Amino acid sequence: MCVCPGPRRIAIPVRSSRLPLLSDAMPAPAHLFPLIRNCEISRICSTVCYCHHKHLCCLSSHFAHSHFSYAPQKKFAALYRPKENFNHFIHMRDYASTPQRFYLTPPQVNSILKANEYSFKVPEFDGKNVSSVLGFDSNQLPANAPIEDRRSAATCLQTRGMLLGVFDGHAGCACAQAVSERLFYYIAVSLLPHETLLEIENAVESGRALLPILQWHKHPNDYFSKEASKLYFNSLRTYWQELIDLNSGETTDVKEALINAFKRLDNDISLEAQVGDPNSFLNYLVLRVAFSGATACVAHVDGVDLHIANTGDSRAMLGVQEEDGSWSAVNLSYDHNAQNEHEVERVKMEHPKSEEKSLVKQDRLLGLLMPFRAFGDVKFKWSIELQKRVVESGPDQLNDNEYTKFIPPNYHTPPYLTAEPEVIHHKLRPQDKFLVLATDGLWETMHRQDVARIVGEYLTGVHHQQPIAVGGYKVTLGQMHGLLTERRARISSVFEDQNAATHLIRHAVGNNEFGTVDHERLSKMLSLPEELARMYRDDITIIVVQFNSHVIGACQNEEL
Amino acid sequence: MFLRLLADVRWRAANPKWRRMTCSQRSTSSTAEPYPVSLPAQAQVVICGGGIMGTSVAYHLSKMGWKDIVLLEQGRLAAGTTRFCAGIVSTARHVSIELKMADYSNKLYQQLEQETGVKTGYMKTGSISLAQTQDRLISLKRIASSLNVMGIPCEIITPKQVAQLHPLINIHDLVGAMYVPEDALVSSANVSLALATAASRNGVQIHERTSVSHVSVQKGRVTAVETDRGQIQCQYFVNCAGQWAYELGHSGEEPVNIPLHACEHFYLLTHPLKEPLASNLPTIVDPDGRIYIRNWQGGILSGGFEKNPKPLFTEGRNQLEIHNLQEDWDHFEPLLSALLRRMPDLEALQIMQLVNCPESFTPDMRCIMGESPTVRGYFVLAGMNSAGISYGGGAGKYLAEWMVNGYPSENVWPLDLKRFGALQSSRTFLRHRVMEVMPLMCDLKVPRWDFQTGRQLRTSPLYDRLDAQGARWMEKHGFERVKYFVPPGKDLLDLDQSKTFYKPDWFDIVGSEVKCCKEAVCVIDMSSFTKFEISSTGDEALESLQYLFSNDLDVPVGHVVHTGMLNEKGGYENDCSIARLSKRSFFMISPTDQQVHCWAWLKNRLPDDSNLTMEDVTWKYTALNLIGPRAVDVLSELSYAPITPEHFPSLFCKEMSVGYANGIRVMSITHTGEPGFMLYIPIEYALHVYNEVMNMGQKYGIRNAGYYALRSLRIEKFFAFWGQDLDAFTTPMECGREFQVKLEKGMQFVGQEALLEQKQNGVYKRFTMFILEDHDTDMDLWPWWGEPIFRNGRYVGKTTSSAYSYTLERHVCLGFVQHFDEKTGEELVVTTDFINQGEYEIDIAGQRFQAKAKLYPFSSLFTHRRRKDEEELSGYQRE
Repeated sequence: MCVCPGPRRIAIPVRSSRLPLLSDAMPAPAHLFPLIRNCEISRICSTVCYCHHKHLCCLSSHFAHSHFSYAPQKKFAALYRPKENFNHFIHMRDYASTPQRFYLTPPQVNSILKANEYSFKVPEFDGKNVSSVLGFDSNQLPANAPIEDRRSAATCLQTRGMLLGVFDGHAGCACAQAVSERLFYYIAVSLLPHETLLEIENAVESGRALLPILQWHKHPNDYFSKEASKLYFNSLRTYWQELIDLNSGETTDVKEALINAFKRLDNDISLEAQVGDPNSFLNYLVLRVAFSGATACVAHVDGVDLHIANTGDSRAMLGVQEEDGSWSAVNLSYDHNAQNEHEVERVKMEHPKSEEKSLVKQDRLLGLLMPFRAFGDVKFKWSIELQKRVVESGPDQLNDNEYTKFIPPNYHTPPYLTAEPEVIHHKLRPQDKFLVLATDGLWETMHRQDVARIVGEYLTGVHHQQPIAVGGYKVTLGQMHGLLTERRARISSVFEDQNAATHLIRHAVGNNEFGTVDHERLSKMLSLPEELARMYRDDITIIVVQFNSHVIGACQNEEL
Repeated sequence: MFLRLLADVRWRAANPKWRRMTCSQRSTSSTAEPYPVSLPAQAQVVICGGGIMGTSVAYHLSKMGWKDIVLLEQGRLAAGTTRFCAGIVSTARHVSIELKMADYSNKLYQQLEQETGVKTGYMKTGSISLAQTQDRLISLKRIASSLNVMGIPCEIITPKQVAQLHPLINIHDLVGAMYVPEDALVSSANVSLALATAASRNGVQIHERTSVSHVSVQKGRVTAVETDRGQIQCQYFVNCAGQWAYELGHSGEEPVNIPLHACEHFYLLTHPLKEPLASNLPTIVDPDGRIYIRNWQGGILSGGFEKNPKPLFTEGRNQLEIHNLQEDWDHFEPLLSALLRRMPDLEALQIMQLVNCPESFTPDMRCIMGESPTVRGYFVLAGMNSAGISYGGGAGKYLAEWMVNGYPSENVWPLDLKRFGALQSSRTFLRHRVMEVMPLMCDLKVPRWDFQTGRQLRTSPLYDRLDAQGARWMEKHGFERVKYFVPPGKDLLDLDQSKTFYKPDWFDIVGSEVKCCKEAVCVIDMSSFTKFEISSTGDEALESLQYLFSNDLDVPVGHVVHTGMLNEKGGYENDCSIARLSKRSFFMISPTDQQVHCWAWLKNRLPDDSNLTMEDVTWKYTALNLIGPRAVDVLSELSYAPITPEHFPSLFCKEMSVGYANGIRVMSITHTGEPGFMLYIPIEYALHVYNEVMNMGQKYGIRNAGYYALRSLRIEKFFAFWGQDLDAFTTPMECGREFQVKLEKGMQFVGQEALLEQKQNGVYKRFTMFILEDHDTDMDLWPWWGEPIFRNGRYVGKTTSSAYSYTLERHVCLGFVQHFDEKTGEELVVTTDFINQGEYEIDIAGQRFQAKAKLYPFSSLFTHRRRKDEEELSGYQRE
């Protein structure tokens, strides 16, 4: 059911012929890297080839591949413990008699990189854009097949503001998909004033047309599940009915609304899985959603008020242009993982002292899960009895899946996991030029400072370099040639992209030691067959929101 | 500070001797008083432009005895593109007329210093054109063959020999090269000044800082030139304004279309090497690297023709901007890389300057010369495609001959302004096209190459239908024409990969179209032909045409006559078919690119009589050619009219109905020698008639065909084609078409005397068909045109066209055979015996193939003949 654009679209000539050989015939894989010389392989291995399956790394080999529904065993065998396999590849290279050379040409590389790119410009009103957001660029590059990342962007229609979010799924894409479809509705509803909620409820009650709540900005590949829409709608309606009943009467605080929405949605996901659905397809769907997991990093921009709600290890970063024109990065979220002392502290606080040692092992929650907060993942939330009951009464597919039946070790005092976000509020300043929301696929490969610089230079068009003039200087042909070649290399990657997110992905995947895009490297990374891509990189999803400094400056002045 | 090149110019212009010669009437130096000499009130000739072209025209005109000439220059002499020109005189040209011009220029410049006393910087260095690929080497070998037969020394050399001739070249990626030892370097500005000096000695008045605002025209003739310093009345105006020629042409009330467009052109100047380069070091041309390199004051000058040119002045600008153009190093980077790859030792050489010098380019990479089709006395010489200095001398000479004698001494049709019309003069078209043309300077020139830009301008109403059926298109005079139809499921190579000197990938496709023409019936859309209707109220039309055409047009109504439109020397100005529609009206069909030329020719010669009207009806008719033995069956079923030879003999024209459409002009000619019909259909019926023909034709095996099939058919039938085989220097007597000339038709006609003389004294060249004998179609290089013909080992002429004959399964070349006296080289009369009694060889890129010469076509080919061959054979044909 997952749509997987990207690399699959490119027919990789060697793949089809050798796929069946992968598990048992060893010489074959050598064909995969005809262009990566031995030394390069070791370089890539040492730099990139650590296991990206960290979200659920220490499960037995069969579970290593996070897609639990239909993964063929053979595929796993080749995937597991990549370093060992790579040693094989290196040795086997010697046997490859006629290595098939294949290279993605720059146009092919571009078509891969651009397959998922999306841009939205806030429409101008009366020749002026009065929004604090100029627009956004977003893009995704899959490493998993199908991709487990999701993204969403929408404008709130009944309140002001714009919502943007990235969602990194694990153990499949079902949860990330559901969150990407549903979360913004929960947030929007949480933000709605009482009267609007009543109006909407009355409309539903009397079968009238609903006020539209969100205007989505979707890439054609960003889909919504049709089958579940009714179910999702009913859950949402229950939520707003409860909100109406509560009727606090107070004006809604954005921070509170975000937290409520996150928690409520996670709760609904959990409940739907416990209740099940008479429709077997839906029943299976809600279970998959609940048993898989997703992190979420959501931005709500309204005028100069920027709220970031984060659950998990995706990250939001603000690009700030200093007075001297240089770029710096300001973090607007904290990663919820073992590297975050406060998170470790929080988890330990929530469970008895006896569990202290088993709570975080190998930098993972219960030695298994990388993010310390997430949607779904009921295996870390439900009691053992509940899990067993649901799995046993669930459909056969679920029962056959070893992952779902597996209970985490040292599982004593659930829940261990929460979807409650940490919300950071930031008042936008004129020097805040852009916001980057991205899944950990980006942050693993690039430092935020580099991200700020690359996006900043891209957006301000620094790449339109000054022309060179020799003037009275003594320049030799060789020097000039060197200078021009370097300029060309810098320019070429910029001119190819019309999308800041694409530009960033190009750097994330293709950067060489010198911080410039190396086409050869980019081509190699993108030429990886999908079975191997995951070992070199994670899914990357990026949203770059560009702010309107003029509007922000004006708002600031008004407030002063 | 600026280049020495320029310094020389300034010095020369300020030189007292020079001033005395050019501006004898000036009281003081021109810088102090800008306009010391008043302009003359009238002159015979006014030349606009003081660059190499203007001065060359002035030089040659004054040499030929015309003295009353004024040359106007808006800035200083030789200050435009000429000043910046790299100064390379190279004879390595693809087109034979260009080669002749360059050869003449070289010889002229060589003795110019002696003649005028002005230093021209002439240095015979030779040039080496490098080949990095085998295909490039073939291309060079073809040029070498034509240079050799012209007596210009030239040899193909190995990379090792290249290294011996030039110390700096990296030869590791070379497969060979062509060495032309007599090529030279000049200071182009000084050459221009030398020509001006000589011209002014001969009485030409030169006025600098005088710009032409427009040209006044009355009754289609030039009457005066308006300048910022007053008016000059004149009979002739010569537009040598270089990149401003287009705008100047459009400045008057009667626009003169001169399709050219400027592009930025960059070259690099360096300081001298530690060990300064010798000034006689050969010039290097590396077309695969897109660069040229010459020695320059101990250092080098290197420029090139990049893949992504920068057109400029599209909106039209003034001259000042040429001096302020920016250097663009990033743009030059690929060329610099190519330079350092070719001469790696130059890395440490210091840069002096990157010069940005705009050059003008034309839509077909050939220069523009000749008289305007709309304004008599308005001549043009411009659009040199960055070879101005190579062509300057020759082009000036031909134009001067043209003005003085009425026609140049060589066939210059490939350069004639009248090959273009208004349709090539859109600024957008020019801008797009020159972006393709400029890189082409260095691209491999292969047979059957089509421009890709500026396409789909003129199309037949059937374009979409044909396109959907797999048509592949070429363009002629802006009109899209089908080359062939790619059958469904079959794929041809990409454009770039399809470039070849060998057997092309469409070979079998065209073969099957030819087969269908021979055995069943094919439809070819031939709407691009130029079509005129000439009629009168009385007998004026007939009388005029009888005078202008060599064949007898006083035929019964409904007959079609093939006839030449000859000049005074009996040469073909046009070759056409004329149908007599009624007593007083005629329908004339000529080749596509005759639209402007033929119109101008007739307009200038038809009497100014209101009773006589001529109309260009090209756009009114769609022409379908039904070729093949079953064409008659298709047509008779569609028209319910008897089309048997008794009712519809060959060379007949009838209006009839086809399907529902009435008034279709059907002619029993096919332009190929095959049986069939041409249908001239009013365009609104085109789709209907085409559909009817295709539906009805199905049972007879009808299919679409293209011009490549037509071409193969006509060449194997020995049919000459105007513009390719026939030109203004070819008479009907020389190509076996005496029967199209009625010397005794009872009235005089243009060219009659010349033909009578030829009839008595014999001809000096003879159109001959050659069948290649030991040529392997699959393995050997294919002939194209321009290949030297050898008779008993001696050069006797060149081919003019060639095609593979699917019937003979051999290559057929058409060409002219001359007879040079073995001792004196004098041209002798060519007799039938001379042709028949020789052993012939055709030289394709240096490799000679045995050929059988024939003066008459194979009659055995006409297996499906149903008419008198003689009549149809006399058919003129087109491609």
